[in-house]
Amino acid sequence: MIDVLYFAWVRERIGLPKERLETSAATVADLVAELVAREDRYAAAFADLSALRVALDQNLSSFDAPLAGVREVAFFPPMTGG
Amino acid sequence: MALRVQADPFDPGAELSAFAKGRHNAGAVVTFTGVVRDDGGLTRMEIEHYPGMTERAIAAIMDEATARWSLLDCLVIHRFGPMAPGESIMMVATAAPHRGDAFAAAEFLMDYLKSRAPFWKKEIAADGTAWVAAKDADEDALSRWDRQ
Repeated sequence: MIDVLYFAWVRERIGLPKERLETSAATVADLVAELVAREDRYAAAFADLSALRVALDQNLSSFDAPLAGVREVAFFPPMTGG
Repeated sequence: MALRVQADPFDPGAELSAFAKGRHNAGAVVTFTGVVRDDGGLTRMEIEHYPGMTERAIAAIMDEATARWSLLDCLVIHRFGPMAPGESIMMVATAAPHRGDAFAAAEFLMDYLKSRAPFWKKEIAADGTAWVAAKDADEDALSRWDRQ
């Protein structure tokens, strides 16, 4: 099981902040493909991966990163702090 | 080093006084305060964050600043939640023996907080709401800190 978190407009498009999933995805990109295949709202949120960032266990990562051993995946737009 | 991520408002003047107090070996204290800007029609700003990762990311940025410059201390305060135009969003303070290190470290902290700390700003105006888009310039600003 893996926790998947969504922030900002990704959260709004998908319609929830967090869910727990059973997945056999080997990489972040595989997980995205699984989600996109589920429902249109996921396809809408993940339409342009260049507009998204991903964190694995709260560290910035990349879409080709492996998911082995990861407990928490977060998807969000580029950050706008400061 | 002190780091606070909070919903509550803070007083930048009081924070600066507390930060600088009794620090006789610091020849320089630099502060930056980010403020909610109203370009016309802004009702409020809402900042979302990623609890846990936010603190972890900012602490890593502060560690990096401390490793790169001769700092005696640094402070980061960043708010989340709703805030009105004119309210302080966040604050950075650095203390160093000399001003070069204090200025550079403060600017480094700001550049990294803008695009590497997980905060997202949403502007709520009379005519609608919109997530603030990240600027290419903010990303470009990081490249000047690349180690040679």
